[in-house]
Amino acid sequence: MRSITYCDALNEAIAQEMERDSSVFIYGLGVPDHKRIFGSTNGLVERFGKERCFDTPLSEDAMTGFGLGAAINGKRPIHVHIRADFLLLAMNQLANMVSSYRYFSGGKLKVPMVIRVIIGRGWGQGHQHSKSMYSIFAHIPGLKVVLPTTPYDAKGMLISAIRDDNPVIFFEHRWLYWQAGEVPEKPYTVPIGPANITRKGKDITIVSTSWMNVEALKAAEILARNGVDVEIVDVRTIAPFEDDLIVESVLKTGHCIIADNDWVECGFSAEAAARIYDKCFGRMKSPIERVGFAFTPCPTARHLENAFYPNAITIIRAIEEKLGLEPTDLSGEEFYSHENRFKGPF
Amino acid sequence: MKGLNIELYKKMCLVRKAEEMIQYYYSEDGMKTPMHMSMGEEAIAVGVCHALKAKDQIFGTYRSHAIYLAKTQNINDFFAEMYGKDTALLKGKGGSMHMCNPDGGFMGSSGIVASAIPVAVGASFANKMSKNGKYVAVFFGDGATNEGVFWESLNAACLMKLPVLFICEDNGFAVHTPKSEREGYESLTDIVSKFNCHVISEETTDVEVIYNLTQDGIKLMSDTSMPLFLHFRYYRYLEHVGICEDYEAGYRSREEYLKWLERDPVKLQREKLLASGINDMEIKNIESVITEKVMKSITKAKEAPFCRNDELFEGVLV
Ligand SMILES: Cc1ncc(C[n+]2csc(CCOP(=O)(O)OP(=O)(O)O)c2C)c(N)n1
Repeated sequence: MRSITYCDALNEAIAQEMERDSSVFIYGLGVPDHKRIFGSTNGLVERFGKERCFDTPLSEDAMTGFGLGAAINGKRPIHVHIRADFLLLAMNQLANMVSSYRYFSGGKLKVPMVIRVIIGRGWGQGHQHSKSMYSIFAHIPGLKVVLPTTPYDAKGMLISAIRDDNPVIFFEHRWLYWQAGEVPEKPYTVPIGPANITRKGKDITIVSTSWMNVEALKAAEILARNGVDVEIVDVRTIAPFEDDLIVESVLKTGHCIIADNDWVECGFSAEAAARIYDKCFGRMKSPIERVGFAFTPCPTARHLENAFYPNAITIIRAIEEKLGLEPTDLSGEEFYSHENRFKGPF
Repeated sequence: MKGLNIELYKKMCLVRKAEEMIQYYYSEDGMKTPMHMSMGEEAIAVGVCHALKAKDQIFGTYRSHAIYLAKTQNINDFFAEMYGKDTALLKGKGGSMHMCNPDGGFMGSSGIVASAIPVAVGASFANKMSKNGKYVAVFFGDGATNEGVFWESLNAACLMKLPVLFICEDNGFAVHTPKSEREGYESLTDIVSKFNCHVISEETTDVEVIYNLTQDGIKLMSDTSMPLFLHFRYYRYLEHVGICEDYEAGYRSREEYLKWLERDPVKLQREKLLASGINDMEIKNIESVITEKVMKSITKAKEAPFCRNDELFEGVLV
């Protein structure tokens, strides 16, 4: 099978769905501009015209309600934000309107809208351009919240999201954009809800979200050389949160680390931990450990930023501590670094 | 004109009667939903809705009794929802503040000030995209224009040339706060008229005038593909929320109310019918038919069962 990037997988999903269904349209600040949302909206305005691929005023709140209005009138809008932080300006529409419109229409109206949001570490982006916050949306009944990690899932889950009759908030980590992987050319769907075991193992379970899956995989590869067999569960969907695979895995390994691409406090990792305790109580060999962003606003200086974000090393050390192992010598290892990759501006 | 005026009167009468009955029965505690009453603004709701076609769509606020009934005429569903019964479209999930009847063109009303405005704009975008010729009207109070999302929505609608009617029902107050304490400008319509839309503003309680102005406005919209902003003044007769008067509270005077009452929209229209040669008996007949209809709806609603408890989880997601 051919290999394409996460970004191209997203782009292909949108183009194929717009081709298939004339009620799909995509809009948001910068969607048709020359940068094309980091390339993910390439070619759309040329193919589908300004009617179905357009820029908007700087009005996050109104343009979210706008999507809702179009959705209840039979369209399938995709609204795009280049930063999750900007979603906060639309919080009223999301929490008070979009999430509950189906319910308070007595189930009469469907809300088939997708909100694409880019999260992730950039290049000294600071405290207003680097939030994840997806758990905030998962807290609200009526919103689906997904965060695919692989290019395969990016395409399949975006197609699922577009075809879904419910509002779906679709979180895309910026660093995943250039990850490549096998992706079928034909349209296909990956269901919203179930998690995915991305690495089989028997010693310890890592439950991870978004970019932290990449870090977890690196950690697992290194520890495998020391005889530690890590199982990784990519959560993929945090609302509705289906915990079966996670619980199954933790019951098998007896140990669990939740590596979340967000703050720990009151976040998704707390929900996951509560579920695991509920369903694995008395059958675990150690308490659940949680890994996430430092509980501070995100700083910009590189060394502080490095201290803010968890990575593979954080996960390795957590596993060692949990299993009572000596610290592995990591001096010869190559870790993912954006030093060579990421020169800005975003 | 006679036929039109009778139609307009019937609709206003239905709204007024429904709310009088809410006042009458509310103390029995069967309608467990906060009531933001429409009394005083019937001419706006009825005049505008009557100018719209059946297929057109409207959105509103928590103060939606008048527009809901003017648009849908569905008094049975209305009271079933007030009583929170299984027979209501929303089975009591909406209540007085969140009415919704998409098949009747009532697309929803919201309790968060101004939050239905962008939704109406998006709905009208979808209609334009589908070329189905439907108009969307969104009703809101003058207080809603203090919210940023009103301006965002107006801007987007004007930019995109959408078939949407913004209807500002201006009673001068947001709860108890007068305009003078909320607005850093003299005239809302002056500002709105700087946008690429049509603005019609009139100080009238005459439903026929409002109906005609709305029709003129819709004609302008279809000629120019620009949105329409309608601004009408009215006086809220009752307290902000609830079924009582509040002239003793001190923020406004009974004298003022009595002045508005002289040109009460329902009374005005009744007098117009009399002046046009319809006799008092005929009008009384119309009124008693409406009263009976309202009473029947209330009885039905009271007798209806509540929905099953597991309905709680229905309709969150598809
Ligand atoms: C965003 C928001 N802020 C505050 C409130 C509380 N509130 C309810 S009604 C109202 C007044 C709104 O006035 P206006 O828009 O003129 O409508 P009216 O009640 O006069 O019809 C306020 C402030 C609210 N519901 N929503």
